[in-house]
Amino acid sequence: MKKKAIENDFPRSNWVMIFKRFGRHKLAVISLCFLCLLSLLAILAPILAPFHPNELTGDFSKAPTFQHLLGTDQIGRDMLSRLLYATRSSLLVGVAATVISTIIGVVLGLLSGFFGGITDIVIMRITDTVMSFPYILLVLVAAAIFEPGLWNIILILGFVDWPGVARLVRGNVLSLRETNFIKGDTIAAMPGWYVLFSEILPNTIAPVLVYSTSVFAISILDEAALSFLGMGVQPPTASLGNILNGAQSITILTGKPWLWIPAGVLIILLVISINFVGDALRDAVDPTA
Amino acid sequence: MFKYIVKRILIALPVLLGITIIDYVIMSLAGSPLEILQGPRFSEAAIEAKSIAFGLDQPLYIQYFVWLKEMIQGNMGYSIKSYQPVSIIIGSHVGSTLLLMGTSLIISFIISIPAGIYSAVHRYTKRDYAVVTASFLGSSIPSFFLSLILIYFFTVRLGWLPSSGMTTTGETSNIMDVIKHMIMPVSVLVVSLAGTNIRYIRSAVLEILQQDYLRTARAKGIGHFRTINKHALRNALLPIITVIGMEIPMLFGGAVIVEQIFSWPGLGLITMNAIINRDYPVIMGVCLLTGVVVLIVNLLTDILYAFADPTIQY
Repeated sequence: MKKKAIENDFPRSNWVMIFKRFGRHKLAVISLCFLCLLSLLAILAPILAPFHPNELTGDFSKAPTFQHLLGTDQIGRDMLSRLLYATRSSLLVGVAATVISTIIGVVLGLLSGFFGGITDIVIMRITDTVMSFPYILLVLVAAAIFEPGLWNIILILGFVDWPGVARLVRGNVLSLRETNFIKGDTIAAMPGWYVLFSEILPNTIAPVLVYSTSVFAISILDEAALSFLGMGVQPPTASLGNILNGAQSITILTGKPWLWIPAGVLIILLVISINFVGDALRDAVDPTA
Repeated sequence: MFKYIVKRILIALPVLLGITIIDYVIMSLAGSPLEILQGPRFSEAAIEAKSIAFGLDQPLYIQYFVWLKEMIQGNMGYSIKSYQPVSIIIGSHVGSTLLLMGTSLIISFIISIPAGIYSAVHRYTKRDYAVVTASFLGSSIPSFFLSLILIYFFTVRLGWLPSSGMTTTGETSNIMDVIKHMIMPVSVLVVSLAGTNIRYIRSAVLEILQQDYLRTARAKGIGHFRTINKHALRNALLPIITVIGMEIPMLFGGAVIVEQIFSWPGLGLITMNAIINRDYPVIMGVCLLTGVVVLIVNLLTDILYAFADPTIQY
């Protein structure tokens, strides 16, 4: 009876400890609140936006007024509404690409570390090959071959970002295999799938979670860069990057700062908050490092 | 040591082969180079004759081997757009990219190595937080946004710095002119590179500071300064080599966006133009070049480890 209580208690107190240690980082807590607020705004964009993002609602390139709090763009669309929808698509790209690459990376890393031998060699050589390609070039080339668009960008980023996760998971599995509780499982003749999914996987979740925050930040930056170059999310769909695309023209750059500064500042705030949260998580999960 | 190098080269070979295969598959996925020839001036028969001349009627794997054979002999193909050999296009642009990226990398390390070590030594103080926050800010600013801001202030408002190209057209090229053109792109690259590097170096040094041998050094009473400089820094060399090794490949392929914005006539710019024009032989040439550089640098990094750390034996 008592033993069961301890068993149930341990993992929870572990997460509580992580939560407490995370709370010590004031900046990270603020960042997390900001991210939650921004996600909420993005999810509720259809309700909150004063206008439809693709609808022409006023004069061309009008400076901010009470009706259009952030002004209107070159063809008279409300910038505030577009910014809300842009945050929505940028966050969607970030989350979806991170989920895809994390799943691919975790599966390949687990297989590679757990089975070893020829599986390990083949998977690791493929990982090395993908890593040897210059990252931004690979993304650009892929974006040029497949039609650029929201879902293609998600798939491209998802399929390019996984090698880091795979290596991390493989390394973790290799060191876990040397621990006594996994050796104990082997001696107790536990089935392989049980060891893999019930013992090894839960113990690699924390570092993967930390790593995925950096993938999340990088995906958002990449989407912005791709869309800025016109190879990412295509207009009329708004994304933080393709709003900035307009600033390549000198009249907008010099005379109409409301068209590009808010989107740029939003990207910086978004990415820096994700990085702060990731850093605090790293500290909270593994205080010795 | 020699045996180790041979072993590493043997491991690198399949990766290199993998790179060429991905290279080739992407290129064929992109479509036949003959598609651009279509039009009223080209009859079906002419296209067929051309495709036999280019060997495009052969199965894909035979085409790949022919391409690989040419590649080994140094023939990287011809640009679809300008009909120039890819090797000449790359050769004429690689210098300016090396200049831009080399300068940025060197400056970023001059900033980030002392900053990272300083930050780690003063862990959890106000100064440490200041350095870390600054590095986070540096790595969080999209390079294109920072470029826009710099252009806005230094070119449009103040008129101090030119915003495009490597030299002023119509002037005989001199060093001061090139440096003036380099200031903005180099600053943008340094901000993002230093932002990432400071964090790598900080966490690497932090890890070393917690080692037993440093506790011993402190316990000997040789003083804080000598503990850090004689014991910690020597060991911090290893992670610093890793970071440098990771970023050398960026010398070739990393500055696409910055080169595009500042019209810097380097590999990034020709690659971006090639991507827009779907000029695949050029794109693949650059990808292949970078892949090879990555492999060579990885090998060199591992060999350098042995020199930096005498306990590593291969």
